[in-house]
Amino acid sequence: MCGIAALQLRNPSLHPRMGSLLSSMLCQIVDRGPDSAGLAVYNTPGLVKEGTSTLSLLGRDQGITTTAITAGVSAMLPADSAATVQVVGDTTLVGAAVGTDLLVKAVTETLPAATIIGRGEHVAVMKSVGHPMEIAADHGLEAMAGSQGLSHTRMATESAVTAGGSHPFSVADDLCLVHNGSFSNHATVRRGLLREGVMFDSENDTEVGARYVASRLKQGDTLEEALVNLGKVLDGFYTLVVTTADSMAVVRDPIACKPAIIAETDDYVAMASEYRALAGLPGINNARIFEPEPGKVYTWSL
Amino acid sequence: MVTLTAPETFSPTIGTAAAAADPTVLDLAASPVRELNQAVHNAVDGESWAVINPGGKHSLAVGINADIQVTIEGHAGYYAAGMHQKGDVTINGNAGVGLAENIMSGRVHVTGDASQSAAATGHGGLVVIDGNAGARCGISMKGVDIVVGGNIGHMSAFMAQAGRLVVCGDAGDALGDSIYEARIYVKGTVASLGADCIEKPLKEEHLAELAELLAAAGRTDNPADFKRYGSARNLYHFHVDNSTSY
Repeated sequence: MCGIAALQLRNPSLHPRMGSLLSSMLCQIVDRGPDSAGLAVYNTPGLVKEGTSTLSLLGRDQGITTTAITAGVSAMLPADSAATVQVVGDTTLVGAAVGTDLLVKAVTETLPAATIIGRGEHVAVMKSVGHPMEIAADHGLEAMAGSQGLSHTRMATESAVTAGGSHPFSVADDLCLVHNGSFSNHATVRRGLLREGVMFDSENDTEVGARYVASRLKQGDTLEEALVNLGKVLDGFYTLVVTTADSMAVVRDPIACKPAIIAETDDYVAMASEYRALAGLPGINNARIFEPEPGKVYTWSL
Repeated sequence: MVTLTAPETFSPTIGTAAAAADPTVLDLAASPVRELNQAVHNAVDGESWAVINPGGKHSLAVGINADIQVTIEGHAGYYAAGMHQKGDVTINGNAGVGLAENIMSGRVHVTGDASQSAAATGHGGLVVIDGNAGARCGISMKGVDIVVGGNIGHMSAFMAQAGRLVVCGDAGDALGDSIYEARIYVKGTVASLGADCIEKPLKEEHLAELAELLAAAGRTDNPADFKRYGSARNLYHFHVDNSTSY
């Protein structure tokens, strides 16, 4: 059992409330996964910036000071790339006005042991071990603005309770994936991806799903096609939420043991494992509320 | 503390006459679910309760064992009205997983949709869902009657042993898989029938019981528009020739 809460805000006037709304949703899914948690927020001022790539690194302590990280990264980038480093909760964010691939190289050179848990122009990813609400508070979720937010509370089954095993898995620019369930053939799919040259950060089954989706997107699939293909290749139980810079997708496996409920209004699309996480959203009494059908991919774009 | 607000004239009385009295209002924004359940367990026949601000909380109004009326104004979470023994629960909204699970008798009515496993293992009573029901509706039903106004999901009435399932919309895949003796009536389409579930003739006695069930659920559908499904009785006892069908 894991908990998912995701929110896509269609009405920009709600953007300042993204963090507080997501936090209130997260609060209701803590019971489903109290051991660790993760967050992804999109277009949050202060964390990401238009025209700048941002990498989210696991942990607040990277072994050297933020000044040293800034110096190390800057030394490998063009002079005008304006590299910045900041610590938010248990996450280190490194930003620079260069492409993500170049920034990844610079960060990997500077911090060979760092685990990159998020990348892109629009997303910041934060995850840790412990009580989900403490993790959210530690990162200051409540005060964050943004266009989309994704949260996950984990009850680990397929791999250890570690920050690296927490969701979301963000393995391509602005792409995040969270999972309630377990993939049974992840080792087989992992071997196939390894042969394609895909690198993994963890032993986690969900990372295989995220890497698979990223691989399909790279080959030209739309998000919807990638998730249909995932259903053909990965076996197991899943409710997945996938977010990109401007879209959100939900899919459940055809057996549909894992719950999901969606509320849609003119102002937002919200998805959660249980209705109680949606109960506090504005205008929920007039929302269209439904459970996603088994095996069907739902997508919404901003 | 239970937050109770009742008209000054309200006093608990025994007997059905009290059903007409104004209900005792219980606000779940102010009281925990446990106090609601304790209150309905302490209730005596004829009492009437209205639950406001349910907020999708789990296990609302479970294990009721008195002839009382409970109305939940809003959406309920998992296992609402579970283990229902007596009385009447109405949810003016949707219900989560496991609505009226193991209901023994009495009546549970949801005006919206119900999630998966509605009325699972129910032994008796009537469960009415005005909207759609998710997967596994009536799974392992053992005597409960279920009337669904909309559609039902896959694997509904799986291993059903007794009772009646009436569906005014469509049924998902593998309807009645490994069914024993329940009777299933579907007005719309059936995506597929499960192992050992077949269509059966709709005789006078079936039209009569269907009319009764629809009336009990407050519906006006024409019984003649339905088809009946039930067990082919080929898988009751293990036979090696059927080994791939189980």
